[in-house]
Amino acid sequence: MGTRYFGERVRRREDPRLLTGRGTYVDDVQPPTLLHAALLRSPHARARITRLDVSRAAAMPGVALVLTHADLPPALQEPLPKLIPHRTLIHHKTQYALAPGQVRHVGEPVAFVVATNRYVAEDALEAIEVEYEPLQAVVDLEAAVQPDSPLVHDDMGTNVCAEYTQRVGDPDAAFATAPHVFRERLRMDRGTASSIETRGVVAIWEPKTRELVIHDSTQAPIWIRNYLAVLLDLPQNNVRVIALDVGGGFGPKIMMCYPEEVLVPHAAMRLGRPVKWIEDRRENFMATNQEREQIHDAEIAVDDEGRILAVRTRFLHDAGAYIPYGLIVAIVASTQLVGPYKIPNYECTFKAVFTNKMIVSPYRGAGRPHGCFVMERLIERVAQELGIDRAEVRRRNFIQPHEFPYDTGLIFQDNAPLVYDSGDYPAVFEKALEMVGYADWPARKAAAATEGRTLGLGIGFYVEGTGIGPYEGCRVTVEPTGKVFAATSVGTQGQGHFTSFAQIVADALGVDVQDVTITTGDSGAFSWGTGTFASRAAVVAGNAVALAAQAVRAKALMVAAKMLEARPDDLELAGGRVFVRGTPDRSVALAEVATAANPLRGTIPPEWEGPGLEASRYYAPPRGTFSPGCHAMIVEVDREIGAVQVHRHVVVHDCGKIINPLILDGQIQGGVAQGLGNAFYEKLVYDADGQLLTQTYMDYLLPTIAEVPKVEIGHVETPSPLNPLGVKGAGEAGTIPVPAVFASALDDALGTRITEMPLSHSRLLEMLLDLEASRGGHADAASGDGGASP
Amino acid sequence: MSIPKPVTTAEVRMRVNGVEVVRTIEVRRTLADFLREDLSLTGTHLGCEHGVCGACTVLLDGQPVRSCLLFAVQAGGHEVTTVEALGTPDALSPLQQAFVEHHGLQCGFCTPGILMSAHALLRDHAHPTDEQIREVLGGHLCRCTGYQGIFDAVRAAAGLSPRHPNR
Repeated sequence: MGTRYFGERVRRREDPRLLTGRGTYVDDVQPPTLLHAALLRSPHARARITRLDVSRAAAMPGVALVLTHADLPPALQEPLPKLIPHRTLIHHKTQYALAPGQVRHVGEPVAFVVATNRYVAEDALEAIEVEYEPLQAVVDLEAAVQPDSPLVHDDMGTNVCAEYTQRVGDPDAAFATAPHVFRERLRMDRGTASSIETRGVVAIWEPKTRELVIHDSTQAPIWIRNYLAVLLDLPQNNVRVIALDVGGGFGPKIMMCYPEEVLVPHAAMRLGRPVKWIEDRRENFMATNQEREQIHDAEIAVDDEGRILAVRTRFLHDAGAYIPYGLIVAIVASTQLVGPYKIPNYECTFKAVFTNKMIVSPYRGAGRPHGCFVMERLIERVAQELGIDRAEVRRRNFIQPHEFPYDTGLIFQDNAPLVYDSGDYPAVFEKALEMVGYADWPARKAAAATEGRTLGLGIGFYVEGTGIGPYEGCRVTVEPTGKVFAATSVGTQGQGHFTSFAQIVADALGVDVQDVTITTGDSGAFSWGTGTFASRAAVVAGNAVALAAQAVRAKALMVAAKMLEARPDDLELAGGRVFVRGTPDRSVALAEVATAANPLRGTIPPEWEGPGLEASRYYAPPRGTFSPGCHAMIVEVDREIGAVQVHRHVVVHDCGKIINPLILDGQIQGGVAQGLGNAFYEKLVYDADGQLLTQTYMDYLLPTIAEVPKVEIGHVETPSPLNPLGVKGAGEAGTIPVPAVFASALDDALGTRITEMPLSHSRLLEMLLDLEASRGGHADAASGDGGASP
Repeated sequence: MSIPKPVTTAEVRMRVNGVEVVRTIEVRRTLADFLREDLSLTGTHLGCEHGVCGACTVLLDGQPVRSCLLFAVQAGGHEVTTVEALGTPDALSPLQQAFVEHHGLQCGFCTPGILMSAHALLRDHAHPTDEQIREVLGGHLCRCTGYQGIFDAVRAAAGLSPRHPNR
C-alpha cells in the first residue's frame, strides 16, 4: 500500500489559491454587462405599508428595474417554501420575497432596485416614496405569549406557532417523590453568526438556451437549484447553482430561500442581463437569520447522592417573524439537553413563538448551547446545594462505556430515535480534568487569592448530534492523465473539504493527495445532495466519497487484471500504478487503466457497468452519530471593571476516527472563539419597538485575538459503528458548551449563580455590585432564585 | 428629497502592484471597489465597509490602510499594493507559506487583509515581539480560526521559535 493519508495532518490543498487572492467568492464573479441590486428594507418592526410609489426611482438614469410585491409574478408573490414541516407546527408562516402590504421585522424587504452599479441602486432607494402605519411590535418573548399581546400574524389568533412535548418515563411521579428538587429560570439571548463574507447572489441568464447560472454564498446549492427550478418553471438541468468559495457559513447561509435568492434570478431573467446583489454588513445584522433566544424554566430532581431522578424544562423559543426552517433549533435544544447523563425521567415542552424580530434558524450549535447551558447549570446547582464536588456529581450520572448504544427515548431533529452510538464519557471527562489540573485547583485558586487575584475554573460536558441524513453523494473519476477528480455537492465554507476528501480518495486509489482535485458546492458538477449543516459533511459526504473511491478502485483492478493477465485479487494500487502483488515489474499506470477503461473501439464487458474509471455512490446514514466533549476553562475576573480574561481553555473531544487533525483542531479553536462571543461579547439588542440597536461591529463585538486564548486540545477516539469510516462530526464542538463553562468559571470565581447568557463587561459589573450590596445585608443572598436582572 | 445630482467624475492615476493605471471614475468610488471592480483585483475583500474587520486592508505607499474607507481618488499619485503582489500559488511568499504550515486560514475571506498588515509588520520589524504581532492582528476580525494559527504563522514567518504547544 502507498502512503496512508487518513489521520495525517495533511496541509490544505486550497490554501495557496486562497492566500494569493485567487479564490472565487460570490462577489468575485464579475460577468460583462453586470447590473447591481439593492433593497429597500422596512425601518419598522411591525407596520402596514400605506403608500409605496417607486415611479421616481424607476425613472432615474441608470436604474434598470424597480420591483415591489405587486410587480412580481404570482409564483413569487406567494410565501417562500416551508422547509421542514412538523406535525406540531400548526402555523408554518414563511417569509415573502417582497412584503405584501405589511412588514413584520426591521429589515424585511419592501422593494428591489437594479441599476448600473450599487451606488446608483442605493441612490434610487432614497427616491422610493413609502409611508408606513406603525403598529405595536411584539418584541419581548414572555409578553408575546400573553393573551393580550398584539399579533405578529393577525390570522393566527396567537403568537404561538407550535407547542411540542416529549416525555420519557414518569417525570411527574419522580418529581413528586424526589428528596431534592431544584429549579432555575435560564435565559439565552440573540446573537448572529457574522461570517466575514456577507451573503450574496449573482444570476446569469442565457435567454437562447434558457439556462440560468447562479453563484450563491449558500450552504445548500442543490436545494436552491431544486426550488428555483420549480419557482421559475425551468428544468433542473437548466439551473446551475454554484457556491465555489464561501467566506464562512456557520448555519445561517442555509435557507431555501432568502428573498434575495429569488429576486436576483428573477431580475436577471426579466432583464436578460446578469444581476448581482451583495449584502452589506448592516443588512447582515438585520436580515440574515439569527439565533439563541430561549427562556427555560427548568428543574432537576436528585437523590441524596446527587443521582439524577428526573429533569424537566418548559421553555419559550423565539422564532422571529417567520419560521421557514421549522422547529429544528427548539427540538435540538430540548433533546440534546440531556447530554451525557442517565436521566430516567425527562420531560421537555416548548412553545415556538413569533415575534417582530429577524427569523431564527440554526447557527453553529443550533440549540445545543441552550440545552447544554440548562443541563450543566442544573448539575452545578445540585453540587452546590448538596455540597458534593461538581466533578463528582457528573461522574455519578454519566452513561457508562458499556451502555452503548444508549437510547435516550427521545426523537431527534431528523425524526429518528435519539440513540447515542458510542463513546467513553468518563475517559473524556477525566482527561479534561487532568489537562486543566482540577485536582489541585483549590490550592491554586487560594494562592492567587492571596495575591488579590480572582480566578475561577469552569467545566462543562456536552454530547453533539452530528452527521444526520438523509444522504450525500460523490462521483470519483480517474482521467486519462491519471489525475483524480471527485465531485460532491456539499458546500465548503472553510472546513477543508478540498483536503480531507482528497485524503480519503488518495488512500483508496493509492495516488498522491496532490493528484486529487475535489469539487464541492456546484450543482453542475454533482447534481444530488442536501447541504452543509449539522456537522455532517465529513460524516455523510465523507463516507459517500469513500464508497465512490472504493468502487473506482474495484473497477481499476478489474480493468487492469485484463491488461496484466492477472486476477483482480492479485493486484494492488500504489504510487499511481496497479501492480501484480509480489511482481512489481508487472504493472500498469492508473492513467493507462483509465484510457483502457474507455476504449475507442471494441467492447465493454458488462461487469464494468459502463465506461471509464468512474463511479458515483451515495451514503445515507440510518441516524445521527454523537460526539461527546468536555471543556474546562480558567478565567480571571477584574472586579473593578467587570473584565474577564480567559487564561486557559481545554477541550477534550471524541469525534471517532479523525481524518485530519490539523483541520479538526482548527474547527475546535475557531468554535471556542465563537462560543466566547456567545458568552461574553456578542449580543443583538432589540429595543422595545423592535429596532435593532446593534448594526455595526462597533456595537456588536466579535472576539479578537486579544480575547481568544490558545485552546489546549485533547482527543479520545471512539469510532462510530454507524458508518464505514467510523467518523463523527466536529463542526460545533468548540462552540456548544462555552456559555455553560463560562458561567461555571464565573460562579467558581465570584460565588455568583449565573442564569443568563450572553453576559458583558457592564452586565457582569452590575451583577458584582448587586452581589456586594446583597452581601452587605445577607451573607449568601447571591444564591437568590432565578433571573438575576436587577 | 430630490433626484441625486449627476455624479462628478475625475481622472485618477496611481501605481497598483507596480503597474501605472489611469482611469476616469466617479469621485465617490471607494478604493476597494476601484481595485475589485475596475482593476479586477478581487483578492481584496470587503467584510464590513465601516473600517472594523480589516479584510480590505491594502498598502498605500507601504502603509496598511482600509481600502473601504478611502476613496479611489485619494489614492491618486500614490502606490497601492494588494495581496496579488505577495506571491503566486506556485511561489508563495514565506509569510503565505507559513499560513499553510500553521493552518492560518479556514474560509480565507479575511486572510488577504491580514497578510497585508502582517507583511508590513515583518518588513518594518525583522524581529517583532509577540505583543507587536498581537497588536497588528488585533486590527482584524476572523470568524473561523480563533486567531491562533494566524499568530503562529506570523511568528514562524518572523523566524521565531514555535510556542509551547499548549500556550
